[in-house]
Amino acid sequence: MIIDFIIFGILGTLAIASALVTISTRHPIVSAMSLVLHFFMLAGIYLTLQAQFIAVLQILVYAGAIMVLVIFVIMLLNLSKEEHHTIKVIPVKAMAILFSIGFALELVTIFLTNKPTQNSLSPNALQNGTAEAISKAFFTSYLVPFEAIGLLLLAAIIGAVILAKRRINQ
Amino acid sequence: MAEMQLLLPLISISSFALLAVLSDAFTRKTKEITYYVSLIGLIVTSITAIYAMALPANTSALTNPLDSISKGMVVFGGYTYFFDILFCLSAFMTILASRDYLTKAYTEYKEYYSLILFSVSGMMMIAHAGNLVMIFIGIETMSIPFYILTGFIRNRYRSVESALKYFLLGSFATGFLLYGMAMIYGATGTTDLALIPLKFKELTFNPTYLSIGIGLIIIGLSFKVAAFPFHQWAPDVYEGAPTVITGFMSTAGKAAALVGFIIIARALVPNVYFAAYSSRTAQSVQLVIAIISAATMLIGNISALVQKNIKRMLAYSSIAHAGYLLMGIVANNQHGLNGILFYSAAYLFMQIGAFIIISVLENAKADNLDLDNYKGLYKTHPYLAAMLAMFMFSLAGIPPMGGFFGKYYLFAAAIESGFVWLTIVAVISSIISVYFYIGLVLNMYFKENDGEEFPDVKGAYIISLLIATVGILVIGIYPSILMDIITGLW
Repeated sequence: MIIDFIIFGILGTLAIASALVTISTRHPIVSAMSLVLHFFMLAGIYLTLQAQFIAVLQILVYAGAIMVLVIFVIMLLNLSKEEHHTIKVIPVKAMAILFSIGFALELVTIFLTNKPTQNSLSPNALQNGTAEAISKAFFTSYLVPFEAIGLLLLAAIIGAVILAKRRINQ
Repeated sequence: MAEMQLLLPLISISSFALLAVLSDAFTRKTKEITYYVSLIGLIVTSITAIYAMALPANTSALTNPLDSISKGMVVFGGYTYFFDILFCLSAFMTILASRDYLTKAYTEYKEYYSLILFSVSGMMMIAHAGNLVMIFIGIETMSIPFYILTGFIRNRYRSVESALKYFLLGSFATGFLLYGMAMIYGATGTTDLALIPLKFKELTFNPTYLSIGIGLIIIGLSFKVAAFPFHQWAPDVYEGAPTVITGFMSTAGKAAALVGFIIIARALVPNVYFAAYSSRTAQSVQLVIAIISAATMLIGNISALVQKNIKRMLAYSSIAHAGYLLMGIVANNQHGLNGILFYSAAYLFMQIGAFIIISVLENAKADNLDLDNYKGLYKTHPYLAAMLAMFMFSLAGIPPMGGFFGKYYLFAAAIESGFVWLTIVAVISSIISVYFYIGLVLNMYFKENDGEEFPDVKGAYIISLLIATVGILVIGIYPSILMDIITGLW
């Protein structure tokens, strides 16, 4: 138990830290690389939950394929150094920050004072995390959503093609 | 196979969406085929929906959902098919009016029609959802084509800007929705909307995570229906999007998000189980939605008062209408749900009708959209002016138009469940709204034209306008026809 907790603590802290670096750094490549680190940490958390297949997919698809694409795009765009903006504190922003802090504190107290529904992994977790179990679920109980996602992805691809298409008729 | 027959509308719309893409791929020169395929697809889907609605088995749920192919992911029942037909009808009216509009803006691409079909299939997934996963996929399948259609006229700066804005804010809201669903899964251990109420009954759920989940889902869905305080995107997006698409998004898209609201509210806010906890949650959720609804109506109508641009004015008024529709969910009784169905139908006709007229009168540069441009319209375009005036009266809720009875049913339902203050707010905001709706009518009829010229257009849009006009009048004069159908659906 205690080892689980320590591992989760390390992975979780690193995941949050790398996510913060992703959004706060000015250098796009640093941002992309810390996103890769974030994906690896997430994959680690999936592993601790006995979801091996998802963890592998996370690394192959997100940290691998998608991030390669992102980095290529950044390199092709040849971004120049971004201008430095000073952050002005306007009343609306100050209000927003105050509300966010309040909300965050509220969430923390709620999570600290309430116990989760399940304290431990289910005994079948190891079997449920395999590729076999996941594909079985996909093609039996989640068949309709699985088909629906096909439509969703097709619509997104068509949209990307249209938006990237050269202007015609003008 | 009984289940396949019930699934027919979903199968039909998805196949026709794919067929539209394929017909696009295999015909190079002509743009006609995709247009006709999508129109036929919508007609066929409506017919299958009517057929499925008439099947004896439709109202009762499948005897054992887990033995079926869809495994309880998809539910069937009168109201789902009712919304299927509404979505198909609005898409049909939109596509008919789109052709001339797109040619005017020099951007008729064939993908336009297939994207509309994709978004209709997404809406139908939401209407049929029996599981949180399906609601999520449905909302995404609906929204992604919307993002693209908003920025469809790429040489218009406003169109592209609003598409990006919509996409970024929309994805952010989707994050809230998904996080809320994850919380609900964590709290109850299931995403099946039929099983969640059972967990409440057995008291095997975690109340804290449930409350957080419900809160996040309300945020996500409020964004999708453009309710206060998540309405900021709507005026910009509705103004920037191609006018016909604005009509489609603000009616069908809003109705679809409301169906999501209805389905989730029915599962998560169970008044039936008197466990002390869940009835307390139910009350607080009801109150939160009531406040959202009241604020949405007031903010929408008051902001619409000061708008100069007609699309922006209708955008704010559509925010206000989302507020009225939410009253049905606040009421949380059968009359409230009936009211939502009735008002969605009436709202669809009047809003799409109004936007089609605006799209017809819009010039190629889209710079004659100010209210002042509509001065003296009755002289140059007497029929269009008369129809637009009718849609405005209906939106304002003046009898005998359809909008009046829609509001009447919703207000009555809210009073029935004890929300008198909400009804008073709704009535006050309706009175405010009369000012700007009638203002447009005054501009059209009692002011002189100062040399404004509108493009002279002929086209299939007339069919859409006729459908809208007849729809509003029939609903308004014989509301019992529609109400009887709706009451028989549940």
